Amino acid sequence: MVRADPDRLEAMTINPDLQGRSYPAAEVYDVGREKIREFARAVKATHPAHFDVDAAKGLGHRDLVAPPTFAIIIAQRADAQLIEDPEAGIDFSRVVHADQRFTHHRPIFAGDRLVAELHVDGVRAMGGGAMITTRAEIFALTDGDGREPVSTTKSSILVRGEGQ
Amino acid sequence: MSPTFEELSVGQDIGSSSIEVTRQDLVKYAGASGDFNPIHWNESFATSVELPGVIAHGMFTMGAAVQLVTDWAGDPAAVVDYQTRFTKPVLVTDTTGSPEPGAVFDVSGTIGALDADARTARVDLAVVFDGQKVLMKAQALVKVA
Repeated sequence: MVRADPDRLEAMTINPDLQGRSYPAAEVYDVGREKIREFARAVKATHPAHFDVDAAKGLGHRDLVAPPTFAIIIAQRADAQLIEDPEAGIDFSRVVHADQRFTHHRPIFAGDRLVAELHVDGVRAMGGGAMITTRAEIFALTDGDGREPVSTTKSSILVRGEGQ
Repeated sequence: MSPTFEELSVGQDIGSSSIEVTRQDLVKYAGASGDFNPIHWNESFATSVELPGVIAHGMFTMGAAVQLVTDWAGDPAAVVDYQTRFTKPVLVTDTTGSPEPGAVFDVSGTIGALDADARTARVDLAVVFDGQKVLMKAQALVKVA
């Protein structure tokens, strides 16, 4: 990705040195059955594997299966470390989500204990604003302090400049 | 019935749906996802930051649209990759107290590509609100039996 022009970013206070920064896995996210059901209802999903443990097991899963975009909860918690970082200079009220991708190495199930590492892959000026691309690597904690890759999420946010 | 790889072809239609959205749905999504940006629930805040009004979370639209794919696939775990760009906001008007939705968007899916080695199908979603595509390059990669 093209390195941002520091002069243009300075005009809107986004710190160009953010690019390449990482935030290590912080708190553990415990995936509960009711949270999967709540999130599924919130995105108007009706598939029984989100709601009924027997239906999920009938498909060969160990517990309720999270909807395909559930990982956004964990990814946006990781993103919050960046957005709330005073050094980043991001005005959350001017943030617009530009793109999003989920790559699932395995599904997320109720009972998973997840952690996310956040990587800032790109910062570039865009009009009077800035486009910031982040990647969250989400792992499940396994017995014996192991970590199993679960999802990689990539997200670009546009921090709108004045009049954008 | 879940689809089998052999019966799929590029260009095939997997179906369509229509999704109604209210301001209450956005509050529910905010609570479920943890995204409390007030542009998704407060009109005066939204207009103060130069938006035309309260807009749906892009992730609400993305999350609701993939339901078509999940139902077609027969298993939510079959969706191994899902991406989109958010190109237009879904403006949700305040219809509190009336049975009318604040916005309606239409979702349709077609098979965009097939990978015989991986036995995956790429479903391309078209998501249209107010005559305009609100998601671009909305693609879900599905593992097929």
